[in-house]
Amino acid sequence: MAEAGLEANGINKRYGHVQALDGADFSAAIGEVTALIGDNGAGKSTLVKVLSGAIRPDGGAITLAGLPLQLSGPLDAQRHGIETVYQDLALAPDLDAAANLHLGRELYLVPWLGILDRRAMARKAREVFADLGVQLPDVHAPVGTLSGGQRQTVAVARAVYFASRIIFMDEPTAALGVVQRGRVLDTIKRVRDRGIGVVLISHNMPEVLAVADRVEVLRLGRRVASYQGRNTSVEELVGAMTGALAMRGPGQGPEYGAGRAAS
Amino acid sequence: MSEPEFDAQTQIAGMPQSEAPPQDAWVLPGTTGSGSPGGPDDGPLTARSALRRLVTLNEAWTAIALIAIMAYFSIASPGKFLTTGDLSNIAANAAPLLVMAIGQTYVILTAGIDLSVGSVLVFAGVVAGEYYQSQPGSGTNAGWGVILVGMLIAVAVGLAFGAIQGFVIAKAKVPPLITTLAGLLVAEGISYLITGGSDVRSVPNRLAQTIGLGSVGGLPWLVIISFALTLVFGLILSYTSFGRYTYAIGSNAEAARRAGIKVDLHLIKVYALQGMLSGAAGLLSLAYFGTTTISGHSTDNLTVITAVVLGGASLFGGRGSMFGTLLGVFIPAMLLTGLVILAVNQYWQYVAIGLVLGAAVYLDQFRRRLRERS
Repeated sequence: MAEAGLEANGINKRYGHVQALDGADFSAAIGEVTALIGDNGAGKSTLVKVLSGAIRPDGGAITLAGLPLQLSGPLDAQRHGIETVYQDLALAPDLDAAANLHLGRELYLVPWLGILDRRAMARKAREVFADLGVQLPDVHAPVGTLSGGQRQTVAVARAVYFASRIIFMDEPTAALGVVQRGRVLDTIKRVRDRGIGVVLISHNMPEVLAVADRVEVLRLGRRVASYQGRNTSVEELVGAMTGALAMRGPGQGPEYGAGRAAS
Repeated sequence: MSEPEFDAQTQIAGMPQSEAPPQDAWVLPGTTGSGSPGGPDDGPLTARSALRRLVTLNEAWTAIALIAIMAYFSIASPGKFLTTGDLSNIAANAAPLLVMAIGQTYVILTAGIDLSVGSVLVFAGVVAGEYYQSQPGSGTNAGWGVILVGMLIAVAVGLAFGAIQGFVIAKAKVPPLITTLAGLLVAEGISYLITGGSDVRSVPNRLAQTIGLGSVGGLPWLVIISFALTLVFGLILSYTSFGRYTYAIGSNAEAARRAGIKVDLHLIKVYALQGMLSGAAGLLSLAYFGTTTISGHSTDNLTVITAVVLGGASLFGGRGSMFGTLLGVFIPAMLLTGLVILAVNQYWQYVAIGLVLGAAVYLDQFRRRLRERS
């Protein structure tokens, strides 16, 4: 049902004598939300860093839309339409939302003099936020003065604005309240509906079940399970994460999971 | 998502936090529009952010302080303070400081600091002075060609020195405080080595009589040059990507790096700019005093940093403006002149500036905490 997106096969990464990734496989389709879950130390962050170009794997192959992909760095990943929303958001608190949205990719009025087109960037920012269905009280307020949820919105909006294929979101709701969390999850679904693949890294199982079309479970540096989001349950996911459950095919979860996924 | 829905959600989001700031009360049901300055539509959030911004607008406080000082001295000594002669004198005196403060604004915005400015000023002045001295007749009657070469030498010496410091800071990761302290010692030492400790006094007459002491339409050249540089670099700071990256790096260097900004290269450029401006200040000082004044700039660094911080820049980077720096440079200058006119012991200015500086940094910390709590 989904277009071929990002595929990783047999990714290895070793830090000293720690085997962080041990032949990990991963796939995320365009237009789907893929949740990447696993216990602490399962290799989630390492895998995301490899796939977003932040670190180079020791071995393994990555393909994007069926073509082999060699990433030389995060900027290279960005050129391929892959964006990452970091857990610490990576925003400049003293700059406003429009400036943060365009950071490193400014629009210019007089390019050879480096003169910025601030009006165009503010207009574009309002468009992007409106497009995502979020409202910022003021695109000219420094983002440091915004609430946690609004800052999250700015970080997500930046990724969405530039991503054409895949967005990685590392624990995007970890620091948020209930209402703001709901808004971010809505945003994730809206991004997916725009035909972008969203990879959600999360510890929050109900949240994963609420938005994920597919769930990939990582354990000890290896993919141990892959579920369709609507056919699984918290118990099943936790079982796979901890190794209490042997790997099973999709479609065997109780109704609990399906209900959540449909909502 | 419609507007009312968003309002409802902010209310819910704001309520559980017991220590929410009192402004949050504006968005509670029933109070919206009744007490807030804005209408119900542009309502609570813009009013709140406007208030926030006013509190965080450091330049406003600096401007008020400067106006208060000027008003006080004008009333206390009617007809003596703020005559036009006075003003242009103050501004001419402050010209080299202002030029160095331009660069220091960029440096402090990146969360750095440059202690070497006064020494680089002297170093550049000494090298330019030595060049003029090497000309026929010790350069006193040198033409504009020679004068121009001397200017370029001063600027180039400063630029090179600043670039080296920037390289050490950005690439070798030596903290700016230590790098520029080392730079201060090196530049001062070399200046003494070159001159043997006695000032170079061969300044071309044409240079001294135009840029140094001359004026156009009542405005000293020093004032025109220093204000023009402030304007140009203020515009660059506000309207170009160079300025924006300066703010971004000071605000969150890691975010800037991840956004693809070449942080190290930018830092080198910023310290090179500071060096270049210190070199230019060295030439202005040489033209004004007619000598290299080697021992007269040992506290320039502190004066300049004080001015930038008084102007509202945060030592933690990311916040500040060129307009604020302009105001900040003139607070100590105005104080000094006023105290002299009132025949108050002028050393009170140091006490006053010290207290104001402490208060300014406290205010910055306070605002930072206020913001982080929100």
